[in-house]
Amino acid sequence: MFSKSLLKTVTGAALGAAVLLPMAQANAADYKIDSEGQHAFIEFKISHLGYSYVLGSFEDFTGTFSYDADAPEEASANVEIDVNSLDSHHAERDKHILSDDFLDASQYPTATFESTGFESTGDGEGELTGDLTLHGQTQSITIDVEHIGGGDDPWGDYRDGFEGETTLTLSDFGIDTSKLGPMASTVDMYLVVEGIRQ
Amino acid sequence: MWRNSVHGWGLPSILLHWLSAVLVVSLFVLGWWMTGLGYYDRWYQLAPWWHKSLGLALLGLTLLRLAWRLSQPTPEAHGVSWERMLAHAGHGLLYVLLLTVMISGYLISTAEGQGISVFGAFEVPALLSGLPRQATLAGEVHWYAAWALIVLAVGHTLAAIKHHILDRRDTLRRMWWPGGSRRQ
Repeated sequence: MFSKSLLKTVTGAALGAAVLLPMAQANAADYKIDSEGQHAFIEFKISHLGYSYVLGSFEDFTGTFSYDADAPEEASANVEIDVNSLDSHHAERDKHILSDDFLDASQYPTATFESTGFESTGDGEGELTGDLTLHGQTQSITIDVEHIGGGDDPWGDYRDGFEGETTLTLSDFGIDTSKLGPMASTVDMYLVVEGIRQ
Repeated sequence: MWRNSVHGWGLPSILLHWLSAVLVVSLFVLGWWMTGLGYYDRWYQLAPWWHKSLGLALLGLTLLRLAWRLSQPTPEAHGVSWERMLAHAGHGLLYVLLLTVMISGYLISTAEGQGISVFGAFEVPALLSGLPRQATLAGEVHWYAAWALIVLAVGHTLAAIKHHILDRRDTLRRMWWPGGSRRQ
């Protein structure tokens, strides 16, 4: 089994595509995130008035990761997210979030995450750091990741799945949420990524 | 009194015209104002509710108006021939813009399949949803078409005043009193 590591990413926006350092090591395997089968999720949660939360997700993204259970520190991930695929289950709200009041998706239609390092904390868990580009601004973020499981699937492939969590401070990306109240200054991201070994 | 003739407008056409005029201006001002409201404003939820309800009411009225207009004679246009051609094109464009503004507005709110409540009385269902970036693109069409409609409506008003005052026709009077007036 794979002991740790994962990859994935996040952002209110980004997961990405890519390839990862495939030849870094002998045992490293490359995975493609199963976007087609919708076995990957980028979800967000942000405070509403301090009384409750608004939940939503980015529906369209692609990405790849590389992972070797024997050398988790070599793990990497790249994800590319279609910002316009944001869905908070309310058309007018989505339009507002995507407008230049917030994400400005016309100007910045794509968010990306490119990992820069992985630190295993044991037991299949670790911290994936990487550059998240959102709203045209790039910041280093750290995602707490955990290996959920992996193995042969019923259809002839091999899969590994990870979940990840991180909290983004929106002002770091030049997104001003002050009009929504101070409790809306951060957004929690929750990611589930299932990759098919290539 | 009721039906249009080559000399003047019937009462239904006159009422529909002025009701539309009042609603168009009200909706424009309301839309302008409400999109600038802060999240914590008292009217943040209520203003769009009125805007959508009134907009859909206007859409219903406009469909009725078009059906009535097409089934009735049209009073003769005023002005010289190029003015008549321009007036004809302008009136056609007014209808096109009216429908464009209202349909694009409808497509914003229904972009993800939710219907629109009309005064809380009933809900107009979503007929077209899930298009790529639907709410955003419909919003842009709504904005520009609304501006175009207001600009054209101002031109429409100035042209009517010109016919009435400079050409000394009964243009304004016949859009007020059913059946046309004696002033020719």
